[in-house]
Amino acid sequence: MPKVVLDWLYVGVFAVVGVVLAVVPLVVVWLLAPRLSLPQKRLTYESGVVPFGQAWAQFNVRYYLFALVFVVFDVEVIYLYPWAIVFRQLGAFAFYEMVIFLGILLVGLAYAWRKGALEWV
Amino acid sequence: MSTFVEILKAIGLAVLIFTFLAVVGAMYGVYLERKISGWIQVRYGPMHVGRWGLLQTIADTIKLLQKEHITPRRADVMIFNTAPIIVAVAGLLDWVVIPFGTGFGRYLVVRDINIGVVYFAAMASLTVIGILTAGWASNNKYALLGGLRSASQMISYEIPLALGLLWAAMIAGTLSTVGIVEAQRGGWFLFKVPPLGFLAALLFLAAATAEVNRVPFDLPEAESELVAGYFAEYTGMRFALFQLGEYAEMYAMSAMAAILFLGGWLEPNMPQWVWALLGIGALAMAAFIRFSVLRQVMLVRPILALAVLGAVICGLMVLGIGLGRTPVLPSIVWFFIKLFALVFFLMWMRWTYPRLRLDQLLNLSWKVLLPVGLLNILLTGLLLTVAQ
Repeated sequence: MPKVVLDWLYVGVFAVVGVVLAVVPLVVVWLLAPRLSLPQKRLTYESGVVPFGQAWAQFNVRYYLFALVFVVFDVEVIYLYPWAIVFRQLGAFAFYEMVIFLGILLVGLAYAWRKGALEWV
Repeated sequence: MSTFVEILKAIGLAVLIFTFLAVVGAMYGVYLERKISGWIQVRYGPMHVGRWGLLQTIADTIKLLQKEHITPRRADVMIFNTAPIIVAVAGLLDWVVIPFGTGFGRYLVVRDINIGVVYFAAMASLTVIGILTAGWASNNKYALLGGLRSASQMISYEIPLALGLLWAAMIAGTLSTVGIVEAQRGGWFLFKVPPLGFLAALLFLAAATAEVNRVPFDLPEAESELVAGYFAEYTGMRFALFQLGEYAEMYAMSAMAAILFLGGWLEPNMPQWVWALLGIGALAMAAFIRFSVLRQVMLVRPILALAVLGAVICGLMVLGIGLGRTPVLPSIVWFFIKLFALVFFLMWMRWTYPRLRLDQLLNLSWKVLLPVGLLNILLTGLLLTVAQ
């Protein structure tokens, strides 16, 4: 079997075994722990008062703009990885290319900054 | 047939690492945390269960196994139940690419994946899914706020984290974690291209602390304002699974920092007289504390313990080099020395810095760490290109 396939086979087995091992203590709890369901016990915690309303109300999702900027830069970092590995073999040309690439993104960051997208309001 | 054997091997390794994380990572991680907190706050910490309270967290775990699981009435039950499992599994998956050392003629790593560093970043950010779903499914206002804060914090700090990883990968010329450690035989990356190596390490450490939600970046679970944040509604073993995932993640981040910047399992390559000097210094400090009035001050006890430990290591190194042994200590011992030094550093930081405000936290990431990280990459690229 090729090494790459074997690597990801291990990752898959780790994920499955991880889930099983995380469920085992929950099963032990199910066997050992008492179960007595009272309506008061199942109330949502809210500093000791009876909770009012749902938590699933409308929230001002302030991090939406951050999420957009994040997507841009996360993709950019992914492009940087292959460059970082081979740029010594490619020489000066690859470096200038990356300067241009990063330059455009830094201008983008400056624009977002100036526009106030990075302010937590 | 060989596939079957490989799967059995994988299962064995997964059980081994999970046990290691549960016992050393979570149980004794909590114990260490409580002990160090105690020392810094001039009290003893756990003392009653076992000698020096060594069995305290084991007793706690057994207690948690007998605790009832309470599911809040209005929670989204299925998502509520899966969230702790996601966090725990994400903590385990990080460890696939972490090399512990060399031995038996091979590297002691589960799999040396060729894109190990990218894999690590991907698995480390899986935790946020568990945290966000936990916060949302609880249908609790505190939990939801904690989950949302966590989401914005984790996506903000993932880029500085990736830039720190990228810097090390760039110097080493490989994405494999084993390759990165091997590239440090000539010297730790911390001291490469000074002071840029130090800057990259600082960047990585700050981002890693934020990724694992520790002080000063512990807003998602800020206990004084959000009760416990996203796991406010979790009881018993589910709560313990969150703890397990968090400590596994913290240990993984410390291990990664040791691999990227402190030479992983490699022995520090210093001449005998430097070790002797360091050992004498540590010994002098220990003696000073032990035989002066400082002995009665609780606060200096961890310093005394560390000085004695440091003196023992230096003494062993001097002796080993004198006898002509290389390497003196097994590689896995060095890995754990570096790992625990970083874990100790993170726990120490917890009682040293106050919590940041959310806008300060995001400013630090987007307006300081990100530009500095990008410029660091460019400058290093420039220097390496010119050097050729």
